[in-house]
Amino acid sequence: MTDPIQPETDAPEQEAELAESALVEEVSIDGMCGVY
Amino acid sequence: MPTTPTAAPAGGMLEEAWALDESVALRPEPFGALAYHFGTRKLSFLKTPELVDVVRLLATSTSVEHALRDAGVPESHWPAYVGALRGLATGGMIRPRGQRGQA
Amino acid sequence: MTILEERTAPPPSPGKLVDQFEKGLDAPICLTWELTYACNLACVHCLSSSGRRDPRELSTDECKALIDEFERMQIFYVNIGGGEPTVRPDFWELLDYAVDHHVGVKFSTNGFRITPERAEKLAATDYVDVQISLDGATADVNDHVRGAGTYDAAMRAMANLQAAGMKDFKMSVVCTRHNIGQLDEFKAIADRYGAQLRLTRLRPSGRGADVWEELHPLPEQQRELYDWLIANGDQVLTGDSFFHLSAYGEALPGLNLCGAGRVVCLVDPVGDVYACPFAIHDQFLAGNVRSVGGFDTVWKTSDLFLELRSPQTGGACTKCSAYDSCRGGCMAAKFFTGMPLDGPDPECVKGNAGAPGEVRPTASQNHSHTGTVRNAPVPLTLTRRPPDKACDENPLAGLTAGTGG
Repeated sequence: MTDPIQPETDAPEQEAELAESALVEEVSIDGMCGVY
Repeated sequence: MPTTPTAAPAGGMLEEAWALDESVALRPEPFGALAYHFGTRKLSFLKTPELVDVVRLLATSTSVEHALRDAGVPESHWPAYVGALRGLATGGMIRPRGQRGQA
Repeated sequence: MTILEERTAPPPSPGKLVDQFEKGLDAPICLTWELTYACNLACVHCLSSSGRRDPRELSTDECKALIDEFERMQIFYVNIGGGEPTVRPDFWELLDYAVDHHVGVKFSTNGFRITPERAEKLAATDYVDVQISLDGATADVNDHVRGAGTYDAAMRAMANLQAAGMKDFKMSVVCTRHNIGQLDEFKAIADRYGAQLRLTRLRPSGRGADVWEELHPLPEQQRELYDWLIANGDQVLTGDSFFHLSAYGEALPGLNLCGAGRVVCLVDPVGDVYACPFAIHDQFLAGNVRSVGGFDTVWKTSDLFLELRSPQTGGACTKCSAYDSCRGGCMAAKFFTGMPLDGPDPECVKGNAGAPGEVRPTASQNHSHTGTVRNAPVPLTLTRRPPDKACDENPLAGLTAGTGG
């Protein structure tokens, strides 16, 4: 049986990096400039 | 009215079977894909081609882990990918096909 | 992969979404489709200078062919406007055709034709959203810009939609000098009808150029608007149109990106494709859907769009600390005030904007009414102010220091 993967512990300064490297980003369909 | 999306389970997602919700359209792009849920009007960006492959493979994979392997995602990246799938699950973009095994 | 390779594979780092968008997409995420230049109104700030129908308008069949193309390209969502789209006799047919072909629609309307029967049908149709235009929380402020009776028509339309069970339709407001003091009241009106409030930016586009000096918000009003959005913004849509205000501090929600030619564009009533509905001018004309290859070819290969998708020089703005979220502001606002496109926005909140250019481009198209219009804009009488409530014993009720008379 596979052990659950443990998340790596990260130093606080790496949090911003993680946010930028997030694999999914959600955007509002109403949130682009140039539409009615 | 769209039904409330299923909250992602705390662990063990690797062994679960999931699939893209039928109301979701997946549109490939150079960087990955756009996923749009016609019911909730949520728009998500899948930012790597590998993640797009994983999402596409979910429906025919017995588990998330199988989809990750088939898509060639290195194991060291699995936490990031499972995190991404959890986010998609919370937004209702993917739905469980039925629990298989325990965490 | 060997175990060694797996262990040392660098973490995935796709980078910021905004950077991906700047390179462009294979299809717009959503787009604006102005269905007709005809309109029953003559709003003073109309971005498309609408009023009279253009005889070269796309036919019903051509519109359906365009919808087919949107479907093939997987454009999930189109914003239909005009002019007033409901004055086209085939509008309702085209609406149904779009949703039957996997193209979600939000249409923008002055509300005159949103009868109870129409509202019922809309409430029963999936993948259709409605946006009612309103530019004043009171009739005097609104009708000054949009015309006599337009406030009442908008209220009626919203009441009809609410009665029909339509939830979360949009109430869209163009922010002007005269209505920025009414933001709370706008929110209250939207709440009253179960609608979602949308605030958007006035641009000096179309007839907007003629009233820009009179109507664009004053600097202190921009600050007021920014503060209000920071306090209330999670319930309010902005169409990302205030990213130039992000320079005040915290970035507002949204992509904070000019989407023109990159993630959005305009298809106009005669099939011309422009970078943005606020940029109806030959300089921003990418092509026409009637040419060989249709819309898809224009989107993917037009010189204008390829140029917009190449790295843009931010010019002087790149040195500004706010550049990351402001990105030099609105291309159309700069263009129509005769300012350089690689310089600051005319409403730069850091005060870096120079004077508007002496030579200002005029819109390439003008479909404005030439004769009298039944619902003509009403002059704003600044000496009278209607009472806040029907019965108010205190003649000073509702007046606060500094409000207009």
